[in-house]
Amino acid sequence: MAMAALRREGRRFATPLISPNPAIALRSSIIPSQEQVSSGVRCISTQIVRNRMKSVKNIQKITKAMKMVAASKLRAIQTRAENSRGLWQPFTALLGDSASVDVKKNVIVTISADKGLCGGINSTSVKISRALHKLNSGPEKENKYVVLGEKAKAQLVRDSKKDIELIMTELQKNPLNYTQVSVMADDILKNVEFDALRIVFNKFQSVVSFLPTVSTVLSPEVVEREAAESGGKLGELDLYEVEGAETKSEVLQNLAEFQFSCVMFNAVLENATSEQGARMSAMDSSSRNAGDMLDRLTLTYNRTRQASITTELIEIISGASALEG
Amino acid sequence: MIQIPKPITLPHFKLAAKTTNNLSQRLQSPPTMFRRFLCRASTTTMRSWRRPFSTDLSAETSADSKFVEAWRKAIPNVEPPKTPSAFMATRPSTPSSIPSKLTVNFVLPYSSQLSAKEVDMVIIPATTGQMGVLPGHVATIAELKPGVLSVHEGNDTTKYFVSGGFAFVHANSFADIIAIEAVPLDRIDPNLVQKGLTDFTQKLSTASTDVEKAEAQIGVDVHSALNAALTG
Repeated sequence: MAMAALRREGRRFATPLISPNPAIALRSSIIPSQEQVSSGVRCISTQIVRNRMKSVKNIQKITKAMKMVAASKLRAIQTRAENSRGLWQPFTALLGDSASVDVKKNVIVTISADKGLCGGINSTSVKISRALHKLNSGPEKENKYVVLGEKAKAQLVRDSKKDIELIMTELQKNPLNYTQVSVMADDILKNVEFDALRIVFNKFQSVVSFLPTVSTVLSPEVVEREAAESGGKLGELDLYEVEGAETKSEVLQNLAEFQFSCVMFNAVLENATSEQGARMSAMDSSSRNAGDMLDRLTLTYNRTRQASITTELIEIISGASALEG
Repeated sequence: MIQIPKPITLPHFKLAAKTTNNLSQRLQSPPTMFRRFLCRASTTTMRSWRRPFSTDLSAETSADSKFVEAWRKAIPNVEPPKTPSAFMATRPSTPSSIPSKLTVNFVLPYSSQLSAKEVDMVIIPATTGQMGVLPGHVATIAELKPGVLSVHEGNDTTKYFVSGGFAFVHANSFADIIAIEAVPLDRIDPNLVQKGLTDFTQKLSTASTDVEKAEAQIGVDVHSALNAALTG
């Protein structure tokens, strides 16, 4: 009877354990709770497990909701990204794909997300940017970063702070549109000296696959130099007549700026789509994990509860048998 | 004996033996199946889409291969990123005789209005005036000013009012027109055009700084072009 009273009181007064990180704390605390069973304080351990179950269930609900939100945002932005894919193709058809161009001033534009919980896409972008930096390093060559998005900023500021020229965050406060991106592109073009701009982003291929991609935009001087060298695609550029009121170099300048804003627009949209897709799959696996954890906790809870009942029965019966004989 | 490929088992499925909860299993399987299906579908479509002409493969990857090689030498652990030419169908080379039709790609940031459409002629509003482009036109890079773009196909003509942009005509009778905005002419309201024109002319006369003058001038240009498009 004393035991029953203690059990009741324990249920009322047991402090709910705040478990900020049930994933990590869970395994380490299951064992102590089982030890508590053997030492006689049975009631509190079921309380612990019950609280963990409640928090894990809440986490599962939250991640499931986040997955739904990401799925609906993905639908909307995926159509826009796919519609904008035609925008950069004429430029690549005209100027070719000059990823292997050798220039003195490289500017690496890294596009990333502002919010987290979207899987590994931001780390991938930063990894590729750092690798490009390394690839294009050498005597007389300088590499600078322009960072778009909080997550890449956090990672690049740690070791390449002196190389960062410009940081832009909160791109998606208003829905992405071409005007906003062209203002951003104008900003970058005005403030950063470059021979080649390399835009690093995650291209959306499908809901589960995002390909890191590098798009190169050359400055008009480099375009003229490469055209004069008659190597590959750009060698044919001289064959093109230029219709414009101004001189050829002014038209090429306008062309380079226009190309940059078009490629940026597509890149930003694709990265946003990849972000939503990655978030969707990350939240999906997270809610699945939470479900598994909940199942394991339920089993533990039942075992603990049954163990305490069995122990009580044993005590009663052994007490009764001791009285008898 | 037919080899049935084994489906990809994801780690969490191994716990299925432990959990007797059928509901959780049922909830798990559709998304994973969907994901597997997407994986397979995406790889097959990607494969077929990325290499439409297998004979052109060497040309497509020659620009990439230099980059890929340099990458692999310098950074062996990381997969090289993709470059735009990997995602684009290669254009055919210049044919020896002039083709009968012009292939037009007319793209805007929000949509591709015309994508690889075969037409007879397009008239584009270049800064030097209206320029007609026929199949076999010499390769040109043209800057566009706000004006009317008309696409002639047989007996139909589609007219759009385009804002500025660029147009590339390639030697293989491909024309790429990139504009920021394009509206069919019947969607433009003449009253608003007149009002805009008077507003901007007034702003131009009262503008003090260079920036304001430039903005007002752009407004006047666009609106007078709109006016001309509606009347002409």
